[in-house]
Amino acid sequence: MREISFPEAIGEAQREEMRREVRVLLIGEDVSRNLLGTAAGLLEEFGPDRVMDTPISEAGFTGAAAGAAMVGMRPVVDHGIATFMYTAMDQLVSIIAKSRYLYGGQLSLPIVIRCMMTYDSSMAAQHSDRPYPLYMSVPGLKVIVPSSPYDAKGLLKAAIRDDDPVMSFEDSTLWACTGPVPEEEYLIPFGQAAVKRVGSDVTAVAIGGAVRHTLAAAEELTREGISVEVIDPRTLVPLDLDTILASVRKTGRLVAIDVAHKTCSAASEISASVAEEAFDALRAPILRVATPDIQIPFSPALEKGLYPTRERIARAIRQVMRGVMAP
Amino acid sequence: MGTDAIAPEQRERLIEMYRRMLRIRSFEEAALRLKAEGRIPGAIHPSIGQEGEIVGACLALRPDDYMVGNHRSHGHPIAKGAALEGLMAELLGKVTGVNHGKGGSLHLCDVSVGSLGETSSVGSGLPIAVGAALGAKRMGTDRVCLCFFGEGAANEGTFHESLNLAALWRVPVIFLCENNLYGGCTSADREMRLTNIPQRAHVYGMPGEAVDGQSAIAVYQTVSRAVARARVGAGPSLIEAKTYRYLEHAVGMALPSYRDEAEVAEWRRRDPIALHRAALSEAQVQDAAQAAAVEAQARAAAEAAVEFALRSPFPEPHTAFEQLYSTPVRVRPGSH
Repeated sequence: MREISFPEAIGEAQREEMRREVRVLLIGEDVSRNLLGTAAGLLEEFGPDRVMDTPISEAGFTGAAAGAAMVGMRPVVDHGIATFMYTAMDQLVSIIAKSRYLYGGQLSLPIVIRCMMTYDSSMAAQHSDRPYPLYMSVPGLKVIVPSSPYDAKGLLKAAIRDDDPVMSFEDSTLWACTGPVPEEEYLIPFGQAAVKRVGSDVTAVAIGGAVRHTLAAAEELTREGISVEVIDPRTLVPLDLDTILASVRKTGRLVAIDVAHKTCSAASEISASVAEEAFDALRAPILRVATPDIQIPFSPALEKGLYPTRERIARAIRQVMRGVMAP
Repeated sequence: MGTDAIAPEQRERLIEMYRRMLRIRSFEEAALRLKAEGRIPGAIHPSIGQEGEIVGACLALRPDDYMVGNHRSHGHPIAKGAALEGLMAELLGKVTGVNHGKGGSLHLCDVSVGSLGETSSVGSGLPIAVGAALGAKRMGTDRVCLCFFGEGAANEGTFHESLNLAALWRVPVIFLCENNLYGGCTSADREMRLTNIPQRAHVYGMPGEAVDGQSAIAVYQTVSRAVARARVGAGPSLIEAKTYRYLEHAVGMALPSYRDEAEVAEWRRRDPIALHRAALSEAQVQDAAQAAAVEAQARAAAEAAVEFALRSPFPEPHTAFEQLYSTPVRVRPGSH
């Protein structure tokens, strides 16, 4: 199978869906310029009425996308960098997430909000958030976090066809990754976790950029005789808890790995749900491997090692195998 | 307004203006009564005193045009032609409400008359209106979108972003600033150095005009020009309707005194309904008996809506879990 990069996979999803449905628009700052590699050839193919560069007015164009969606368009908003969405927070949280519910189902908002999470790249605190857990706690939004080119394409295509608002968090540490993506069309349904590696001793649930480090840790641990099952939820809302619970019932152990800040992370939510619903199956305390609750510093000397690394993940897995509490 | 040059459809429209203003007034007076009786949960923000600009603006639209409201928005859907029953039932939190009890007074939405909802965080509706107008344009229709907001919203970032975007994209939106002089307790001149709101239109590259909001006819004429312009692709406009709310920001709020009694009385003397009735009488469009019949009809319609709302059941608790998503997501129970 051919291999393409993570941003190319996103670009293909957008191109295919724009060809398929004329009401799909791409809106955002400099989207026509393909600055992040996700919009190659789109301006040339679809023109400036469908690939719309905007002024630097995040609340304005995010709300405009919501209004366009209310009257039948299917906008894809490219926010560039995840932290820039905060200036559009009222539109995201009070308009986009709530309108369908508030209005008793009279309006739908088929809108996709995309952003890149730039971290581990010395961009300092105002550029480096991984904020998907914030949006997981806003009912009305769906949240996707792809970890491979294959998932990025299939999930984004499904997001564009979804009649609800979907927020897509795209991990910058995966930008250089390539992976197999079939030429034939496919969609990845929401709420279906991927078992990225089958194992029997520990369930490791990992999200976004943490997945490949978790797979590397699992590979390393085979040499120590530890068999790790790696699960990527792929969509955090809806969350495929059934697959996670089934795995924990098999292994009896859970490590949840998340590049977000530890407090109220996706890992926290997954850990709490497993504790509530499968406590009887646990043979060791649950551990989370996340980013500590500090802001992201600029200097590489300070930023390095704050996120879940292969070493930190392996250490946590060894710890649950020993059945000891968090230090 | 001369007596001889009034075409039949214009007569009809003038009477319809009167009818819709009274429907709003009667609806809100009934709501005040129900609120006092404890039958309306939460807060209500009456627009009594503002009916002239509300109806004048909405009658300049076609039924298939879009409209975005705000927190003081009982009147907007009524002016756009909505039935009163579903609106009143919504105020009471009943299942027969337009929003099935999910929105209430602050968020009335009747999509059947072109409403795209009413938002209660100030200024949040302006970008939506820009987007609806963009959508109308992209889909090749000549629909326009009318956006209501107060002068307080003119100080929100979204106001400035939306005017810039609308002018830049030349989308068919009419920004209608309902300047009722107060944002909460704060008067407009304590909120901005320059209180001339239409002036703000010019810096974004669109026409801006102020109009007497107590004259439904003047508002109708001004908004009609903006609608005509928008419909042919000439872009957005900003209109400031100078008006006044007679009552408090929200019913039941114990606000400190911030307005002169004399000021309130002066505005009440320029009541939009009384002014319109006098204008119609002078133009011999409607005599006293006809006016009384329209008034009685409006009161009866409001009372029928009250009866309907009172008679309607509350929604079943399980419906709280419905209508969040088009493609539902399983919501796990919140407690055990």
